[in-house]
Amino acid sequence: MSTLSVEEKIRRNEENLILSVQDLHTSFFTDSGEVKAVNGVSFNLGKGKILGVVGESGSGKSVTAYSIMQILADTGRVVGGKILYKGRNLLDFSKKEMDAFRGDKCSIIFQDPMTSLNPVFTVGYQLNEALRLHTNYKTKEAATQRSIELLKMVGVNEPEKRIHQYPYEHSGGMRQRVMIAMALACEPDILIADEPTTALDVTIQAQILELMKDLQKQLGMAIILVTHDLGVIASMCDEIIVMYGGRVCERGTADDIFYNPCHEYTKGLLRSIPNVDNMKEKLVPISGTPINLLNMPKGCAFCPRCDNAMKICLEEVPPEMQMPDGHYASCWLNVKKQMEGVSADE
Amino acid sequence: MSEQNNKSEYLVEVNDLKMYFPVKTGFMKTIPLKAVDGVSFTIKPGETLGLVGESGCGKTTVGRTLLRLYKPTGGEFRFNGELVTDKNITPLRKQMQMVFQDPYSSLNPRMTVEDIIGEPLDVHKLYSNRAERREKILHLMELVGLNAEHATRYAHEFSGGQRQRIGIARALAVDPKFIVCDEPVSALDVSIQAQVINMFEELQEKLGVAYLFIAHDLLVVHHISNRIAVMYLGRIVEIADADELNDHPIHPYTLSLLSAVPVPDPRTARKSQRIILEGDVPSPLRMPSGCPFRTRCRYATEQCANECPSLTDRGGGHMVACWNK
Repeated sequence: MSTLSVEEKIRRNEENLILSVQDLHTSFFTDSGEVKAVNGVSFNLGKGKILGVVGESGSGKSVTAYSIMQILADTGRVVGGKILYKGRNLLDFSKKEMDAFRGDKCSIIFQDPMTSLNPVFTVGYQLNEALRLHTNYKTKEAATQRSIELLKMVGVNEPEKRIHQYPYEHSGGMRQRVMIAMALACEPDILIADEPTTALDVTIQAQILELMKDLQKQLGMAIILVTHDLGVIASMCDEIIVMYGGRVCERGTADDIFYNPCHEYTKGLLRSIPNVDNMKEKLVPISGTPINLLNMPKGCAFCPRCDNAMKICLEEVPPEMQMPDGHYASCWLNVKKQMEGVSADE
Repeated sequence: MSEQNNKSEYLVEVNDLKMYFPVKTGFMKTIPLKAVDGVSFTIKPGETLGLVGESGCGKTTVGRTLLRLYKPTGGEFRFNGELVTDKNITPLRKQMQMVFQDPYSSLNPRMTVEDIIGEPLDVHKLYSNRAERREKILHLMELVGLNAEHATRYAHEFSGGQRQRIGIARALAVDPKFIVCDEPVSALDVSIQAQVINMFEELQEKLGVAYLFIAHDLLVVHHISNRIAVMYLGRIVEIADADELNDHPIHPYTLSLLSAVPVPDPRTARKSQRIILEGDVPSPLRMPSGCPFRTRCRYATEQCANECPSLTDRGGGHMVACWNK
């Protein structure tokens, strides 16, 4: 296998990629000015992988997801970058092409199952809608039959009865299952889950996460899991990107991020959550308050809250740099460390 | 001192507390919703009792009933040895306060921070002149880490973490001995959560207040609490020291609850086996007979359906309500 040429390797890597986001910029044009919600985000999603996007509110993680689906609010627009799905740029798609892509190739589960289902239609009607639009189940009978199968797959009891019920007759966990069934109706290549378990209790959260993992193995789709919960990320994801202030701080495998964090924000985040090891100690919080996107600092977005900020952090945006173990981080401290290493070698 | 007055060592003593809400099911027909059904616990001065459970298990109702925001259906609550009744609750509220979950809706948007924090001082007449009021407010703001220049601002000008600080300053204004904290950090971002948790711990060291810390995040509760009580459908199923409960849980519900918590550590997460509970929590309007957990419990026997187990001591104050474990 070592005889493969570089071109061949790149070609193979590209074949395994299902989605590649390159330097994405998304802005909202509000009365008080342009809000750069996503400010140069790049990542790759491999076939059948689970990618975790973690960050606090306002870090741009949901907007990144909505940009891929192109379901931004009216004031929002993708202003730069590329979103490549199997090598084709989604941003060049016509409205018709996008309608076919959405739901069929890529679907989304929203945070709040209480509000993302339409209260005036039965669950069965809403499931059938997706099926009749995108698949070969064109008749009502065939679609209903398939809906029942789907609900069975996501673990809803008595699906024959359930499809005739309205969303308010279901509990939170059941509604989220219905949402997942709807998202899986067309067997998409990519499933975007935007905080899928935040509104649920821990025991129900465990059920839903387990279900998503099983279905992912069964159907082989790729998942983008957007969440603020580092626990959920740790138990689910192959790769992780950490976002802050609309930019990617750090990206790498789950082990890289949790055991060898190279960005000050990731380090701070890991120190500030209670876990089994620091029960008896004081937590180390990240000082300051989350940034205001209308008033972004010139340099690194995190520098006003960073304890080790340097002069250059205020002035310039840090470049993304590869760490010795192969994952990427954007922090001037790493650049400084490397420079010191080089000068020490000399 | 307390022995002389024939007072107990406990600050808070709750005995068989019951809170039923009437629910209309038809014309002239009501049935009771048993939100809290016979809860007993104690809290010592300066101690933190964590109260965990899924939504709808009655943990918030327990907190609110203690402060008589609801009139309890049954049971008794002794504060500092004194039986709390409708008559003496107003003066007692000077010693008991509450911090609410949602810092966005628990502060009056038309009041300045100074007035929000000053309101309990007004109610209990804790100052002799305006200058003293102002001084007390500034002291409280400093205590929770707010700047003095924030005093004239309105609640909407603050971030979530800062608003929660205002809520805490308001609770501390009357110098209470006991604070009910109802999910005080769940609405906050992770990076801000740690700031607020640390502040709760520091204030306890400084002022010696006792907390009833209600939350659904077990890691947070474990971090802040001395003891933890686990609730399910209006009853406490297990109560023990925080470490003991985490290391040696006994009740099947506690076991599955602990295993369901996602640990922020990929290697542990890969190894750990989740005990997945089947189904949802039953509606409190249609409570199962006997033990409320039996419909989701894998150890359930006939006895569980017939009789409800009560809390029994399994050594060292570790109380469990289960027939089979």
